[in-house]
Amino acid sequence: MVGEFVYLDNAAATRLDERVLEAMKPYFLETYAVATSQFGYSPGIEARDALDAARATIAGALGAEPEEFIFTSGSTESSNMALKGVAMALGEKKGRHIITSKIEDFPVLNSARALEKQGFRVTYLDVDEYGRVNLDQLREAITPETILVSIQAANQEIGTLQDVAAIGAICRERGVLFHTDATHSFPRVPLDVREVPVDLVTVSAHLIHGPKGIGGLYVRKGTPLAKWMDGGFQEFNLRAGEENIPGAVGFARAVELVTPEETARLQDMRDRLIERLLRIPNSRLNGHPTLRLPHNANVSFRFVEGESILLHLDMRGFAVSTGSACFSRSLEASHVILGIGGNHERAHGSVRFTFGRFNKPEDVDAVVESISDVIENLRAISPLGKGQ
Amino acid sequence: MPLPYSEIVMEHFRHPRNVGRMDDADAKAVEGSPACGDMVAVYLKVDPAEQRITDIKFESYGCASNIATGSIITELAKGKTLEEAKQITWKEASDALGGLPPIKTHCSVLAVDGLRAAIQNYEERHGLVKERVPTTVEVVNKRLKHVMNPVTGLDVVRTRLVKEVEISEGTVRVVIDLPADHQFAANIREEITDKIEPLWDVDKVIVEFTE
Repeated sequence: MVGEFVYLDNAAATRLDERVLEAMKPYFLETYAVATSQFGYSPGIEARDALDAARATIAGALGAEPEEFIFTSGSTESSNMALKGVAMALGEKKGRHIITSKIEDFPVLNSARALEKQGFRVTYLDVDEYGRVNLDQLREAITPETILVSIQAANQEIGTLQDVAAIGAICRERGVLFHTDATHSFPRVPLDVREVPVDLVTVSAHLIHGPKGIGGLYVRKGTPLAKWMDGGFQEFNLRAGEENIPGAVGFARAVELVTPEETARLQDMRDRLIERLLRIPNSRLNGHPTLRLPHNANVSFRFVEGESILLHLDMRGFAVSTGSACFSRSLEASHVILGIGGNHERAHGSVRFTFGRFNKPEDVDAVVESISDVIENLRAISPLGKGQ
Repeated sequence: MPLPYSEIVMEHFRHPRNVGRMDDADAKAVEGSPACGDMVAVYLKVDPAEQRITDIKFESYGCASNIATGSIITELAKGKTLEEAKQITWKEASDALGGLPPIKTHCSVLAVDGLRAAIQNYEERHGLVKERVPTTVEVVNKRLKHVMNPVTGLDVVRTRLVKEVEISEGTVRVVIDLPADHQFAANIREEITDKIEPLWDVDKVIVEFTE
């Protein structure tokens, strides 16, 4: 990217950390062998050791045992595997009802929709104005037919954190499996499976300065899960396909490099940004004021449209994201903003800023200065909001 | 730049021409609504002798293609007679901009609609409507197709929100299939009134809701 470009879309993709790349390199060029059994040739055994070590590191970050962690091609696959795998394992035996929320990211939402087409019943729980699931509604929704509850750990757009411990406790008490999509929170927001009764957790490397194309699924020991990608016997016979060893090594290195100090630094930038953006008239925060991802700010500006804001910011050297329909590939307004009770106008004027390791404190001032100017200009040409 | 928009679109987006409000306009029209995400207002100043557009301004709440199309149609229409300006098509606007992404047709058509609606508004206000076609349910429905259903972003006719249209002695009654306390009820009523009231033989517009 061009020299001074300020990238504030770290919830979409992140720049790879050079240290991650360094860790991965040997597994492209030297130890490129397939991971073999302990009776294989030595490069294969080395590859196997690297895979095992990576698995132990990532599982450890979740408080899990290594054999409870399955590598996948990313969080989309992980969530597909969780929902469809449980549906296949329990659909006949136990029931055909799944519970999720209205503001899940597309891998969960569209896996649920696909299962509906196959005759599963899905309850999409409402969320409150901040995006939090109502626990009473969850309790009421669980029936003897319910096989899985899938509620995200943190929201992809507005950053709201769910009370996964409470949700897990309800599921555990009612004997229902619980999956959480932690793509956006792992490992910055701690989640320890020894304390939180969760059975399946989706994680990914691509949002923590790790490589794209590698993710994983935590599967608690004994969780019924059908294998849905057929092939060889890799990943404890749960997910076929030759292991992505450079990816796994890179993922583990990326996890190691995330520190609480760094996360606190991002949170500081987030807080300053929100505080300053809300000084712009007719703006409001989307998501919860405190129970939110440490690196996520999402603000709606009235009377202006997100794609126009985004393009103007791009010309000034900033990358952000918007929930506007005009920006989405489907031309649909953000289901998250609509889900928290916002109207189309609020979705259209919503802008998401997400920080990462390579952002500097001065990026906050720079983007606030630019966006203030852009919004003023766009409001000047808008037929809306005159005199307000 | 790897953008889906042409350089001309980006130029008009960056520096829109003839932008702003006109307080002493001879005619104005608003197309779209905030709820459906795109909105264009067009203001006209018309020389009554020649029926020529002497000044035109627009305002836009929308994406880049909406802003750029609003800008280009003001350039195309300025100085033209009302008859000439009516002939300006979306294709002409799009060509003048060096093309628009197909997915953005809706947003850009809105600006062309806005120009036509402003001209129509002028003609209706100044008794220039030549063929005084009596207002029928069909005519009303045609206009209602320009009122958006904010819930879907599509028009109220296509999304079957219009339950009933009744015309009797200059009063048009429209029944909308939404509760009266719906968040967009007031919005929809206002838009429908704006679209139907200027018709030459309409005195009164009543918008009712089902519950």
